[in-house]
Amino acid sequence: MAGTPVEYIKHHLQNLTYGKLEAGYERFDGSVMSETSWTFARTAQEASDMGFMAFHVDTLGWSIAMGVLFLGLFRFVAARATTGVPGRLQNFVEVTIEFIEGIVRDGFHARNPIIAPLALTLFVWILLMSALDLVPVDFIPVLAQAMGLEYFKIVPSVDPNATFGISIGVFVLTIFYSFKVKGISGFAKELGMNPFNHWALIPVNLVLEILVMIVRPFSLALRLFGNIYASEVVFILIALLPFWAQWTLSVPWAIFHLLIIPLQAFIFTMLTIVYLAQAHEDH
Amino acid sequence: MNINLTLIGQSIAFAIFVWFCVKYVWPPITAAMEARQKKIADGLSAADRASLDLELAQEKAAKQMQKAKEEAAVLIDQANKRAAQIVEASKDDARKEGEKLIEQARAEIQQERVQARDALRTEVAVLAIAGAEKILETSVDAKAHSEMLDKLAAQL
Repeated sequence: MAGTPVEYIKHHLQNLTYGKLEAGYERFDGSVMSETSWTFARTAQEASDMGFMAFHVDTLGWSIAMGVLFLGLFRFVAARATTGVPGRLQNFVEVTIEFIEGIVRDGFHARNPIIAPLALTLFVWILLMSALDLVPVDFIPVLAQAMGLEYFKIVPSVDPNATFGISIGVFVLTIFYSFKVKGISGFAKELGMNPFNHWALIPVNLVLEILVMIVRPFSLALRLFGNIYASEVVFILIALLPFWAQWTLSVPWAIFHLLIIPLQAFIFTMLTIVYLAQAHEDH
Repeated sequence: MNINLTLIGQSIAFAIFVWFCVKYVWPPITAAMEARQKKIADGLSAADRASLDLELAQEKAAKQMQKAKEEAAVLIDQANKRAAQIVEASKDDARKEGEKLIEQARAEIQQERVQARDALRTEVAVLAIAGAEKILETSVDAKAHSEMLDKLAAQL
């Protein structure tokens, strides 16, 4: 574990990276890679030198674990769903589904059976991923270190790869449905004739509309990442206090965080529904 | 904070999760919810119908009660009349019977009086003959004077 506060914070924000190191690369301990191979990064420098050809094992592992937890739980209920008096678990699942159904009904007026389950997946998955933030910051890293892993960051939404991965998925869906619903000409017309409905302003319109479209996945991903990242940093800072004083700050912050987590999950879901609804609007 | 293959891995995971949710999670739960909604709606309409039925039945019962009361009143009336008739009739009978009895008694008395008078008459005739014999000191020929004696007896 690192010594100074800055090192401590940096350490906690570093992902466990498994990536490709080129032959001839000099490692942290002075040894030189004899051939190009995949390995775990031992320092932040190594992780960044791996470039694009690397995986954040912790991010992927925990996000997939949360997704499986969510789908496993909901599938468990779905397989046993009764039309009679529902049990507590089924009630909980149904309340969640009704909540999502409500916001989809309000925000999305076209017919598409994908949208509501998509929104449900987004909401619960992001909620679970961000909720990992509430696990005390040292628990899992210390455990991982005992198992020989140098870095371990469990909150996937503190990794921009995770948030961008989801927002790019949403982006691809909006483009797909824009083409599917409006057709190529319809979509082109929407891009070219809005907001100024005049042929001479088509280039301006195109630039504006495409900019708006491109900005969306960035705003989606960065909003979620920024909020959870900031919260996590605050948790790490609180963890620098003497152990007997930490609860005075960490408890209020965690309680506040209970508000932030569902709010961010809700905003992400809501905006996704709005973007997809716009993609389905046929002028 | 390096952008790397995690991004693509995350997108793939996202796609798979959405596919699974669309196919295996959402439909069964919403179907169960809709089925329950229908059940509840059916139950509510059945309850409405039942309360309507109850109202009708109560109305019918009230009508029947009224009818039964009226019938009972008629029956009681008839019974009262009949009782009065019977009482009247038996009074009549009793009076007639009594009169008949009195009549019979009178007839009997009359008969006995006639018998007694006859017996007395006969005895008076015998006494008269005996008295006359005493007076005349001779026997009176009953046969010869029977006509006179009968006349005498008839006068008594």
